[in-house]
Amino acid sequence: MAKKKTEVTETESAISNDRLSVLKTYKIYIGGKFPRTESGRYYTITDKSGKNMGNMCLCSRKDVRDAVVAARSALGGWASASAFNRSQVIYRIAEMLEGRRAQFLSEMQLQGLSEKEAVLEINASIDRIIYYAGWADKFQQVFSAVNPVASSHFNFSVQEPMGVIGALAPQNSALLGLVTAIMPIITGGNTCVVLASEKMPLCAVTFAEVLNSSDVPGGIVNILTGSLAELHKHFASHMDVNAVSYYGDDLSVIKTIQETAAINVKRALIYKGLDLQTEKAQNPYLILDTQETKTTWHPIENISGASGGY
Amino acid sequence: MKNQPNKLAFNAWEYAPAPESTDHIKLKEQYDLFINGKFVKPDSGLYFPTINPATEEKLADVAEANKKDVDSAVKAARNAYDKYWKKMPAAERAKYIYRIARMIQEKAREFSIIESLDGGKPIRESRDIDIPLAAAHFFYYAGWADKLPYAFPNRTPESIGVVGQVIPWNFPLLMAAWKIAPALATGNCVVLKPAETTSLTAYKLAEIIQEADLPPGVVNIISGFGATGSELINHPGVDKIAFTGSTNVGKIIQKAIAGTHKRATLELGGKAANIIFDDAPLDQAVEGIINGIYFNQGHVCCAGSRLFVQESVYDTVVQKLIDRMQTLVVGNPLDKNTDIGAINSRKQLETIQNYIDIGQKEGAEIYQTNCELPAKGFWCNPTLFLNVTQSHQIAREEIFGPVLGVQTFRTVDEVIDKANNTPFGLSAGVWTDKGSKIFNLTTKLRAGVIWANTYNKFDPTSPFGGYKESGFGREGGLHGLAAYVNLV
Amino acid sequence: MPNTIHRLDGSEIARVVPCIDQVGVEERVSRITKRSIKKESKTEGLKMILSMIDLTTLEGKDSDGKVKQMCYKAQHLHDAYGDLPTVAAVCVYPSMVSLAKKELGNSGIKVASVSTAFPSGQAPLSVKLDDTRFAVDSGADEIDMVISRGKFHMGEYNFVFDEIAAIKEACGKSRLKVILETGELTTLDNVRKASDIAMYAGADFIKTSTGKIQPAATLPVTLVMLEAIRDFYYKTGKMIGMKPAGGISKSKLGLSYLVMLHEVLGAAWMTNEWYRFGASSLANDVLMQLMKDKTGVYQSKDYFSND
Repeated sequence: MAKKKTEVTETESAISNDRLSVLKTYKIYIGGKFPRTESGRYYTITDKSGKNMGNMCLCSRKDVRDAVVAARSALGGWASASAFNRSQVIYRIAEMLEGRRAQFLSEMQLQGLSEKEAVLEINASIDRIIYYAGWADKFQQVFSAVNPVASSHFNFSVQEPMGVIGALAPQNSALLGLVTAIMPIITGGNTCVVLASEKMPLCAVTFAEVLNSSDVPGGIVNILTGSLAELHKHFASHMDVNAVSYYGDDLSVIKTIQETAAINVKRALIYKGLDLQTEKAQNPYLILDTQETKTTWHPIENISGASGGY
Repeated sequence: MKNQPNKLAFNAWEYAPAPESTDHIKLKEQYDLFINGKFVKPDSGLYFPTINPATEEKLADVAEANKKDVDSAVKAARNAYDKYWKKMPAAERAKYIYRIARMIQEKAREFSIIESLDGGKPIRESRDIDIPLAAAHFFYYAGWADKLPYAFPNRTPESIGVVGQVIPWNFPLLMAAWKIAPALATGNCVVLKPAETTSLTAYKLAEIIQEADLPPGVVNIISGFGATGSELINHPGVDKIAFTGSTNVGKIIQKAIAGTHKRATLELGGKAANIIFDDAPLDQAVEGIINGIYFNQGHVCCAGSRLFVQESVYDTVVQKLIDRMQTLVVGNPLDKNTDIGAINSRKQLETIQNYIDIGQKEGAEIYQTNCELPAKGFWCNPTLFLNVTQSHQIAREEIFGPVLGVQTFRTVDEVIDKANNTPFGLSAGVWTDKGSKIFNLTTKLRAGVIWANTYNKFDPTSPFGGYKESGFGREGGLHGLAAYVNLV
Repeated sequence: MPNTIHRLDGSEIARVVPCIDQVGVEERVSRITKRSIKKESKTEGLKMILSMIDLTTLEGKDSDGKVKQMCYKAQHLHDAYGDLPTVAAVCVYPSMVSLAKKELGNSGIKVASVSTAFPSGQAPLSVKLDDTRFAVDSGADEIDMVISRGKFHMGEYNFVFDEIAAIKEACGKSRLKVILETGELTTLDNVRKASDIAMYAGADFIKTSTGKIQPAATLPVTLVMLEAIRDFYYKTGKMIGMKPAGGISKSKLGLSYLVMLHEVLGAAWMTNEWYRFGASSLANDVLMQLMKDKTGVYQSKDYFSND
């Protein structure tokens, strides 16, 4: 179970400083807490030169199970929070992220991004969160409808959160992909279990810390690290997951997800060939993907042929 | 029930038979496949009989499409899509759809009678609900054809291509309209497979489509059994699937198209809660219960098959319900006074009877009216089960027949939990005079359609579709367009 | 067992009556009007309607001559048909009761008298009681009283209740019909409330209208009142009669009322002991229908006496 300290090779800074720096233990995020994987397994990620950057939790299907339980129990509160409140909570994430941008920049560069790319990515990520914060109390106005039925009834259709969403975040992105996967889900009042990029998981865990220090109640976003190849079918087969989203191009993964999702008529949302920097990756239709449309009828007195009196 | 109630009796006055005349109905002896604007013989040469479930007499022979026929139909649709439909100005497309709507209205009586003959539903329903709604659906979506950009802010909606549609036997023409009208309005071409027990009105619709002069291949209608449906679903030339039917088949379809480019909308089963609070307008609620479960012999995916009655009004509601049930007329679907017609098929009747047996074995208390039933045909008297619990099989599985299970509850939270305690999520009903309670429930019930102080209402402008295992996608209204467009 | 005064509080009753959803009521009515009544069930229904009619004249210009003519018609609806029932009753002002009683002799046809300062009811209780006693003493078998709608709208349900109870006592053995004047109550919730107050205060019948206010009887109002009667029966085991009055002049509509009665209250109520139509021109339309069915040709008014 014990997590090994990241092996540190000698660097200039290590030698020139008197004190030994404290290395970060990367854990996962479930129900507002930071446990290690119940499996005790880990995998090591390295930088371009092959240096060890950290030992990540190699999550198992049981971690998925625990995360789904946390997401399900957080759903009621989050779904029934006012849209205005959700908007503010999401905005607060951006504030927290802005405050820790230096840490994200350094982690992104550790994982191979140039400084310029890293700046672009953190900026886009923060801005994307602000973008969705603004949608929380607006998308329903844009996409709901009062339907002029022919009988004497008032009839309207509104969006409601779909429930617990399993999200398989883009593999080729350190942070923006994760934000792109999470934001439309929680903006719409859903809760989620997210599998971070397998190769670039550092920012995901740090992002969990951002969430934890912001106003997002525990359980709304649950972040796991590990193997997409191992876990995608468990996301798709879980009976208490209402939808599973996949950001990637692997056709066999797509097929397995779609096939497995049929077990409970789970919605399978496939985002293939998505360019994270474009409007395609940031728009209210993505919120709609994890919404259900509910239509309500109620009688109206005194129209439809009823003359004065009755 | 606690107190022995003061009983009413309803045997004073027999309504004499008032059958709808069938003299002016023209049925062919044999119906061929409708492919590329023409009626063509099936490749296999095979036909199967379609019978009147009220008499078990054969009405006509219907062609069975095989793989080759499906292929011809899909190719005809593709050809029509590339050659005419895609290029046609949307306003012109609209006019074709308007034509279909008008012609259904002109032939409404004929359609109603055939629908009742072939499917067993009472003429009152096919005449007043199915057929007018089908026409209204075409009329509604016709108008959308040249207005689509207004439905999708900041996007350009584009047609998808060829749509494969498989529909059930409970609302044959209406389901065809629900499927075809939005598909055509959004510029798609269609291959539709009606259910094997109810193909006739689909072919009557094909005649209208011919008469309306739609370009050949824009709509193709091919009859057959599950195998035909499966060929259609799996045909690589189909871009989108729309299916209404059981959850089991829905899952098979979802699996079958995994990994393909096909999109899908599924409208599947249900086990709806119909909730009666003590402050409800009780007499109207009883009517809503009746309409919720005995409409169309209970062959309704959104039927209010789980009745929840607040304990303080339980005795009253059950008493009223039983008295009302006694006035329901079961019998000849063509009789204008019939409330409950024939069960659609022998197979479905066996399914229903099996559930009735299960209910009794599970210890629920059964009540059935004793309306005299015809000797031939498939019939089921309206049935009520009292003392049902959430654990009973009859409270968990979709019966798709005139069988109601009654449960009680005490508090709002309790009934919300019970109502949502199902893998389905198509519809629900709530009865209370208190507005704030209605909104509390309508927001917490996990279902796509909520009827408050009413039940089983449908309208072309009103989106319909489920949560959870009741399927995905919406049909009807503005939201129904989304299933048939790609947004760019 | 005839109904008696239930010692209750009018406002208590008004508070606990069930609410009514108007759209739901209209939907139920529309299913009832879609019943298709043909052949023998139609003939049976039409004859039943005739037997349930309270043939009515309630005009300022009512005279001995008018009442005599009407009483003759009541006993001889259309002799050319043969085998027809008589109407249930004639309904007149108190001043005409003794004459009507004499004209009807031992025909079995009842005499009903309006009372309580009909149609407005705007008079002191003492006047209403005198009015009622006069009619009873003149031989009225049935008293058609009006409730105080003004007081009802003021929320003075106890007043309304007590007044009905007082009239009930004054009726003695005469049966009391309580006219709610539903056209002035305006909502179905009020109709239900007034129905319950009337029944608990001792009404033997509840009746929709005076015929002087539009709308008079309607199918939705009648449905709500029938359901009130049924609920009262469920609770007390006592049968209360129903009388829609005013605005029912066509046989097809009459049959719809009968279908409604059949499907809400059932067999026991399908007699003129428990159901009446307050109407003056309905009888002739029913007679024309009966003749049409008998002869197979459409009829003309000229062949039916219009007394």
